[in-house]
Amino acid sequence: MALHDRDRIFQNLYGTQPWNLAAARMRGNWDGTAAILARGRDGIIEEMKASGLRGRGGAGFPTGMKWSFMPKQSDGRPSYLVVNADESEPGTCKDRDIIRHDPHTLIEGCLIAGFAMGAVAGYIYIRGEYYNESVVLEAAIAEAYEAGLLGKNACGSGYDFELYVHRGAGAYICGEETALIESLEGKKGMPRLKPPFPAAVGLYGCPTTVNNVETIAVVPEIMRRGGAWFASFGRPKNSGTKIFCIQGHVNKPCNVEAEMSIPMRELIERYAGGVRGGWDNLLCVIPGGSSTPLLPKHICDDVLMDFDALREHRSGLGTAAVIVMDKSTDIIKAIARLAAFYKHESCGQCTPCREGMGWQMRLMNRMVTGNAEIEEIDVLENVTRRIEGHTICALADGGVWPVQGLIRHFRPLMEERIMAYKAQHTRLAAE
Amino acid sequence: MAKVTVDGIEVEVPNGASVLQACEAAGKEVPRFCYHERLSVAGNCRMCLVEVEKAPKPVASCAYPVMDGMKVFTDTAVVRQARRNVMEFLLINHPLDCPICDQGGECDLQDQAVAYGHDKSRYGEPKRAVKDKDIGPLVKTVMNRCIQCTRCVRFCAEVAGTPELGGTNRGENMEIGTYVEKALTSELSGNLIDICPVGALTSRPYAFVSRPWELSKTDSIDVLDAVGANIRVDARGPEVLRIIPRINEAVNEEWMADRGRFSFDGLKRRRLDRPWVTRGGKLVAATWPEAFAAIAAKLSALPGERIGAVAGALADAESVLALKDLMAAYGSTNLDCRDDFAAIDASRPDFYRFNTTIAGIDEADALLIIGSDVRREAPVLNARIRKRWSAGKFPVGFIGPRGVDLTYPATHLGDTPAAMAGFVETLKAAQKPMIILGRGALQRADGAAVLAAGWQLAADVGALTPDWHGFNLLHLFGGQVGALELGFVQGKPLADMLAGGVDALWLLNADGFEPSRIAPGTFVIYQGHHGDAMAARADVILPGAAYTEKDATWVNTEGRAQRGRLAIFPPGEAKEDWRILRAYSEGVGKTLPYDDTNAIRARLAQASPVFARVGDVVGGGCTDTTAPAGGTPTDAPFVLPIAVYHQADVISRASDTMAECAAVYGPQPAMAAE
Repeated sequence: MALHDRDRIFQNLYGTQPWNLAAARMRGNWDGTAAILARGRDGIIEEMKASGLRGRGGAGFPTGMKWSFMPKQSDGRPSYLVVNADESEPGTCKDRDIIRHDPHTLIEGCLIAGFAMGAVAGYIYIRGEYYNESVVLEAAIAEAYEAGLLGKNACGSGYDFELYVHRGAGAYICGEETALIESLEGKKGMPRLKPPFPAAVGLYGCPTTVNNVETIAVVPEIMRRGGAWFASFGRPKNSGTKIFCIQGHVNKPCNVEAEMSIPMRELIERYAGGVRGGWDNLLCVIPGGSSTPLLPKHICDDVLMDFDALREHRSGLGTAAVIVMDKSTDIIKAIARLAAFYKHESCGQCTPCREGMGWQMRLMNRMVTGNAEIEEIDVLENVTRRIEGHTICALADGGVWPVQGLIRHFRPLMEERIMAYKAQHTRLAAE
Repeated sequence: MAKVTVDGIEVEVPNGASVLQACEAAGKEVPRFCYHERLSVAGNCRMCLVEVEKAPKPVASCAYPVMDGMKVFTDTAVVRQARRNVMEFLLINHPLDCPICDQGGECDLQDQAVAYGHDKSRYGEPKRAVKDKDIGPLVKTVMNRCIQCTRCVRFCAEVAGTPELGGTNRGENMEIGTYVEKALTSELSGNLIDICPVGALTSRPYAFVSRPWELSKTDSIDVLDAVGANIRVDARGPEVLRIIPRINEAVNEEWMADRGRFSFDGLKRRRLDRPWVTRGGKLVAATWPEAFAAIAAKLSALPGERIGAVAGALADAESVLALKDLMAAYGSTNLDCRDDFAAIDASRPDFYRFNTTIAGIDEADALLIIGSDVRREAPVLNARIRKRWSAGKFPVGFIGPRGVDLTYPATHLGDTPAAMAGFVETLKAAQKPMIILGRGALQRADGAAVLAAGWQLAADVGALTPDWHGFNLLHLFGGQVGALELGFVQGKPLADMLAGGVDALWLLNADGFEPSRIAPGTFVIYQGHHGDAMAARADVILPGAAYTEKDATWVNTEGRAQRGRLAIFPPGEAKEDWRILRAYSEGVGKTLPYDDTNAIRARLAQASPVFARVGDVVGGGCTDTTAPAGGTPTDAPFVLPIAVYHQADVISRASDTMAECAAVYGPQPAMAAE
C-alpha cells in the first residue's frame, strides 16, 4: 500500500510550489508552533520517543533518546543544536531537496528541537557545494526572523533562539558529528575522541546535539500529528516515513517520501519506474548510500527497506540512498571507485584508516583488471577487517563495508577476472 | 579513586585517569606512538588499543577514561592482533631505510616492530613519498618516515607556544609541515627530535654522525642558561656528539633549550688548549710552569688589596671556591662574580635566588616579569610559565621593551621601573603572586634601586609570606648563582677593579664585560676555555675545562646545586679549573687545603649549605621582608640583556651551528631597494 499524499511530511519535495514562508504556511508549516513549545521540553521529548523516530543521517540512533541526553539544568554553559547538512554520502540528495524546496520544515524543526534540548542557538552546517541551497536557506531564515518566528521570543513563546548557517568547504569527514563540530569551530575537520560525547562536551566545549536535516525537518509534523501517527508507518522500531533517493539503473530516478519497511522491489518499481530492462536485469543494489554493503538480486527480491531488515542481511539503511545497478555494471569497478572515494576522504588522523584506505584502493584497482592473485582477495578481505572497528570514527567502517560486501557476494566474479587476466597474459607470454 | 583491574591486577587510579595510566600503574607496558605524558591526547596512532570488558571494540587506552570496577585486558589475542594490525599499517608506507636513519637504535617504531611486526610485508603497492620540509638549521626532516602521530604539532602548539606546525591535506596525503616553508622560531625546537617517535624529525647537526650504541653517555647539567636543565652528554672519543635532556620534574621536566643542546660543536673550536704568556707585548705559547711563574712573579710583588678576582658566567663552584681561597691566601678580598655589572645584592640568598622555585610556578596565580625576556633567557622556564598559563586564571604582566613575544599573552605595562605600579592590584588580588626580575632590570646604573623596588613591590602585594616566596631573580648562566652562594662579592666592586683599583686581575671564565674597560697596565690572568675577546687582552692565559670536561657543581637560578660530570677530557694541556688553582697555590707555597674532588666538595658544603644538599632546593617562604638597600629608580627604559639568543656565551659564539642559527633567526640584512 502506497503512502497517501496527505501523510507526506514534505509537501514540496519536488519544488512545485515556492519555498517561501507564505507558501510554507499554506502547506501547514509554522502552524501552532507556540502551542507545541508550550508543551514543554519533556512533553516534546516524550512525543519524539513515542514517534519512534530514528536518526536519518545513517546510524539510526533514536532521536528522542538522543535529545534526552542533553543536560536539563545548565551548569553555566549554553547548549547548542547543530544540524548536519553536510550531505556528502555518495548517492544521497534528500537534504538538498528539503533545504531548497521546503526549508521551513527544517527551520521550524530547529526551533522545536532547540527548545526541547534547551539550546540557545542552532547552527546549520551545510556543505560548501550546496551554494544555491545555502542561499535559499539563508533567505528562509531571514524570513522567519522577519516574521518573529526566530530570535528573541520566537513565535511569541517567550523562548529565545538564534539560528545560523555555516558553509563547509567540502569534506566528507565533516559529516561525522565531532569532525563537523571541529570544522564549525574553525579547526581542521577531524573527528574527536569519544567519550566525552557531544551531549557533554560539544561545540565550543558546551553540550551539543548534532542531528541530520531530515531528522529535524520531520519534527514539527510529528508534534502536530502526534508520535502515534508517525509510528503507525513501518514496522516497530523502524517507524515513520522516509525520503528514499533512488538512482542508478532505474527508469525514473527520483527522491520519494515513502513509508519505512516498504519492500525494496516495490519501492523501485512503484516510484522509480523499475529497473532498466526489467527486474530480472538487476545485478545488485546498494541500499543506503555508498558505505552500506551491496545486496545481490536474490536478496533484493524480498528485502524490506528498514534499519533492522537490512541489518539482518549485513547491510544497512544508512541514508536510504538506493543505488541500483543492472547487469551491465562492472561491479568490481564500481566498488573500486567507492574505495577511491574513501581513500580520498579519509581525514588522515588515525593509522588504520589513513594507511589502510590507500592499500584497499590499490588492491581494488588491481582487482578491476584482474592483475592479482586469488589469495590477494583474502588479503583484501583481511585488510578491511583490520581497518574496521579500530579507528576513532565510523568513516573507516563505512569505507570497508562496500568492499566486504563485494567479496561476500561477488567473490566468484573476482576470481573469474583474475583467472581471465592470467590466461590472457600467459598466452601472450607464450606467443 | 577508581578501582581498575588490569590483567587481573587490581590498581587504584584517580578518577579521570586514562586506561593507559591504569595499565602503567599495574606495571603493564602499553605500546604507543602518539601518546605523550606532557602533551594533549590525540588518540590517533591506535597502537595502545586494549580490551575493556563489555566494550564492543578494542579501545584506545590513552584516551579512554577509567571507570570504577573496569576490567582491562592488555594481552589478549584481540589486543595483540589489533597491535599487529596497526603496526602493519604504519609500516606499509614507512620506508625501509633503518640502516641510513639517524633514529636507528632508538626508534620507537623499530622497537615495537620487533614485538608486533611481521618479517615480511604483504604490501606490494608503491609506497607514499613525501617531500622533505626545511624547518630550520636544527631539525632535519625526512617526511617519508613520518607516521602522522602529531606529537610535534602538539608540542609546538602546547609546550613551545609557537603553533607553527600543522597537518595539511587529508588521509594518506596528510603531511606535517609549516604550510609556508619557514624555520621554526621556537627556542625549544630541539625537543621535537626527542618526541618524534620515528626518524622523521632528527637532529641536523647530528645527521649521519653516529649510532646510539657507539656513544658513551654521561649525565650532566646544562649551564648555558640558569635553569640547570639535566642533560646527558653523548660522546665518542674526544668529541661531544650530542646533548639530550634527562627527566627532572622539578627543573626541566624533559625539555631543554636549543642553545644548550646544539652549541656543543663550539667545544671544539677556538679552544685554549695550552697556556700562553705575554712576552714583549705578544702572547706566546708557554708551558704550565712558565705560566705559573709569570703569575707568581707578578702577584708576589703586589699587596693583597691590589689583586682582584672575577668569576664569570660559566665558572663552576669548585673553581670559584678555589679562587676565593687563593685570593684569601694572597690577602685579597677583591672578589666579584657580577661580571655583567648586574646590581645583585649578595647579602641574603633570597635577594638573588629564584625563590618560588621552578616547580613552584605551577602553584602561582599571578606573575609580573620585570626586565626579562624569559623566553630567550630561560626557554625551559618560560615553557613552565606557559604551562601554568595554559591551566588558566594566570594574569601575566610584563615590563620591558614593547614587542616581546613570550608565547603567552602578557599585559605590557610599560618599559620603565615606574610601570610596576600598574600591576599592583592584580598581584594583590592573587593568593600566590610572583615577581621575576631579569638581568635587564639589574644591569643598569640604578639596578640596586630597581631590585629594592621589586622587593618592596613583592612585600606590598603579599608575595613574601612565611608560606610563599614570590620574589625571583632570573639569572642567565649556570655559574652565576654558585659564585653568589660562595660569597664571591667582596671588597672593591668590579667597576672599581677595572678602573685601576687593582694591579692584577684574575679572570675565571669572566667574559661578561668589554675587555677595553680594563685599565691599561692591569696584569690580567685569564683562566677559561675559549679564546674569546677577553683572552686576547690577557697577560697570562690558563686553559681551563668547559662544562662537559669536568666534574663540577653548578647552582641554578633557584639555588639548586647539581653535579655535572666529565664526559670528555679537556683538549690539549687544558685542565679542570680548580686543579689549576690548586696546582698554582702549591707552587707559590700557599697550598689550598684540598687534594681531590671529595675534599673540595666537603669544603664547598662548609662554605654554603646549598652544596650540602645537592639536587635539592631550599625553597620555603620568606620570614624577613626587609628590602635590600636601594634608592629611587630612574625613568630609564629597560634594555634586555641577550641581543642574539644563539650567541649569548663563549661556547655558542664558537659554534658553527649557532652561527647558522643566528644568521637564520637574527636580524636579517636589509633587502636592496627595489
